Amino acid sequence: MSQDEILEGVTSAEYKYGFTTDFESDNLPPGLDEDVIRALSAKKNEPEWLTDWRLEAFRIWQSMEEPEWANVRYTKPDYQAISYYSAPVKKQVNSLDEVDPELLKTFEKLGISLDEQKRLSGVAMDVVVDSVSVATTFKATLAEKGIIFCSISDAVHEHPELVRKYLGTVVPRTDNFFAALNSAVFTDGSFCYIPKGVRCPMELSTYFRINQAGTGQFERTLLIADQGSYVSYLEGCTAPSRDENQLHAAVVELVALDDAEIKYSTVQNWYPGDAEGKGGVFNFVTKRGICEKRAKISWTQVETGSAVTWKYPSCILKGDDSVGEFYSVAVTNHYQQADTGTKMIHLGKRTKSTIISKGICAGHSNGSYRGLVKMGPRAEGARNFSQCDSLLMGDGCGSHTFPYIEIQNKSAQVEHEATTSKIGEDQIFYCNQRGMDTEAAIALIVNGYCKDVLKQLPMEFAVEAQKLLAISLEGSVG
Amino acid sequence: MLSIQNLQAGLADGTSILKGINLEVKPGEVHAIMGPNGSGKSTLSSVVAGREEYEVTGGDVLLDGESLLDCSPEERAHKGIFLSFQYPVEIPGVSVSNFIKTALNAHRAARGEGPLEAALLLKKMREKLELLEMDKSFLSRSLNEGFSGGEKKRNEIFQMAMLEPRLAILDETDSGLDIDALRIVAQGVNALKSPTNAVVVITHYQRLLEYIVPDYVHVLLHGKIVKSGTKDLALELEERGYDWIKKENAGK
Ligand SMILES: Nc1ncnc2c1ncn2[C@@H]1O[C@H](COP(=O)(O)OP(=O)(O)OP(=O)(O)O)[C@@H](O)[C@H]1O
Ligand SMILES: [Mg+2]
Repeated sequence: MSQDEILEGVTSAEYKYGFTTDFESDNLPPGLDEDVIRALSAKKNEPEWLTDWRLEAFRIWQSMEEPEWANVRYTKPDYQAISYYSAPVKKQVNSLDEVDPELLKTFEKLGISLDEQKRLSGVAMDVVVDSVSVATTFKATLAEKGIIFCSISDAVHEHPELVRKYLGTVVPRTDNFFAALNSAVFTDGSFCYIPKGVRCPMELSTYFRINQAGTGQFERTLLIADQGSYVSYLEGCTAPSRDENQLHAAVVELVALDDAEIKYSTVQNWYPGDAEGKGGVFNFVTKRGICEKRAKISWTQVETGSAVTWKYPSCILKGDDSVGEFYSVAVTNHYQQADTGTKMIHLGKRTKSTIISKGICAGHSNGSYRGLVKMGPRAEGARNFSQCDSLLMGDGCGSHTFPYIEIQNKSAQVEHEATTSKIGEDQIFYCNQRGMDTEAAIALIVNGYCKDVLKQLPMEFAVEAQKLLAISLEGSVG
Repeated sequence: MLSIQNLQAGLADGTSILKGINLEVKPGEVHAIMGPNGSGKSTLSSVVAGREEYEVTGGDVLLDGESLLDCSPEERAHKGIFLSFQYPVEIPGVSVSNFIKTALNAHRAARGEGPLEAALLLKKMREKLELLEMDKSFLSRSLNEGFSGGEKKRNEIFQMAMLEPRLAILDETDSGLDIDALRIVAQGVNALKSPTNAVVVITHYQRLLEYIVPDYVHVLLHGKIVKSGTKDLALELEERGYDWIKKENAGK
């Protein structure tokens, strides 16, 4: 067998989580206009300021063109064919007994039953199924510290002053086409506030899951770390297989006030489409954080899913001495396309950023890294280090690196390193000779290649991420 | 135990490298294979280990009477064949301990056993490190990355000691070793020796054979074993080089 045959064999993993769940939904009919937005806002019982905020976003969106510059190709979604609201019918739950049994089954299939999650490692979860949070745990423990962790819909009602103060300040409605759309129609997502000086005692975690056929997902996450606080936030998701493309356009806004630190980790495993490239999730996400003085934001992501990914978690290093980090592993296989990277915008003095990007391409996929490092005129003594590596598996795939560097301050330093490598037949044979089959060999080599990123993840998440890498590249693992 | 019968092998493009090799290795024996550069020594060890880059065009390789030719490299490893590589590869980001753990557990899985308990694994690793006079810090280094030539070879022998193979093929494990390391590595190999195991040492130098004493010495030339003898043959080669053997065979 040639190496290509071996690779083809082991990279033809079928999507493990391909199933759908039947439970009643309360849907809005497909289509989007101002009335739909008013209806959606009314269903959610929102205050007038938010309805108006959405309508303004919708008007902005209508004036925008869908971007075409990313290095990906796809059929643009028909935005009038999407239903913008779907909620599981039973919404209020006080215990797991009250949760739709179908939903619980779904969680079990995913191996993330809430029971188990509750028992394990003190992870608090705010579970988003379709568009409405149906279960939130650990609220009490968090409340003791004054930490707010709830759905953004609840936050709108319970903490309107915080939501109103920060919503759209990091990712304005005018930012881009998908952010504008999200601002108009977001239905749910998470809200988190860590008070001054508080160290969040547990990892906060959200599992996203797309469930309703034809339902676009427009989560909105807003996370505020007040002065001197610390939080580690985990986001992970899986989706059922689907024949038509599903759109996901989330917005995540992080605010790290003076001396605060936010670690935001994502393990993303949406349905990538089948081996022929049919189906799969379109993932167009805007993630951005702003750092005030001496604050730090770290983005860590392991991306294995989606048919098309367009995603650039970014940091605005506004405060002096603030720090931004981006650690990323992006796997593409079959016909997946990913255009991801980061933007580090250095505004403050002595700001520092680190970018470690590890791309892995297999099958006929296409992976691109697009990174912007910008040193503003005030960014004296600012520094950036970027390392962008690509690992190619087989000859059918492609990887591209687009580094953009803008320097407006002479004392700033930017360092960029890039490598492209292939998994060598030598390495695989060496592992084989030591008793490992080719799948295990590839998993080992790939995990070694990604080590600098994986070690940034919290323990349990790192284990999950390794499994995901194995599943997305290997076929029979698990 | 290992029986190589009229083995012919070469590259996919038809280039022939091994031109009819015969070799019998019995349990408890040590065989040395010597021969000039490019004569096919590494190719032979690769073919025995199952490297698919080479095509077997004739003959057979048997282990305990069963042909290995249809077995994958990992199956051969599970049957107890170990190859100490002439040029060990680097696997960045994978620590020596993680690598050997994965390898050992793959062997155990093939025997239907579960993974070795962490404490036992650690104990075993410590023992073998001690045997080879290696520092613990070695375990956390990235496999072969930035290793000196000698460190790479010691690492191969460390892995051999961990996996306890029945048939070890050492391809120029002595090259690049300093005098002390040579003695230590030889100790490691001798510790593995038993009436049921066998070792095939490929080397250019007689010196290793002072420590690992061979029962037989073979000379490989142009893809064939052209001369076999006892350890005295190695001494003679050291003294006289290969020319006389080349001449002896020129007519054939
Ligand atoms: N993959 C390959 N591609 C091309 N030629 C090869 C390949 N493998 C072996 N050869 C050739 O086959 C012959 C035998 O090579 P081999 O590595 O087996 O020699 P060796 O006896 O181990 O030599 P040395 O003592 O230098 O290690 C050489 O001429 C070599 O160039
Ligand atoms: Mg050789």
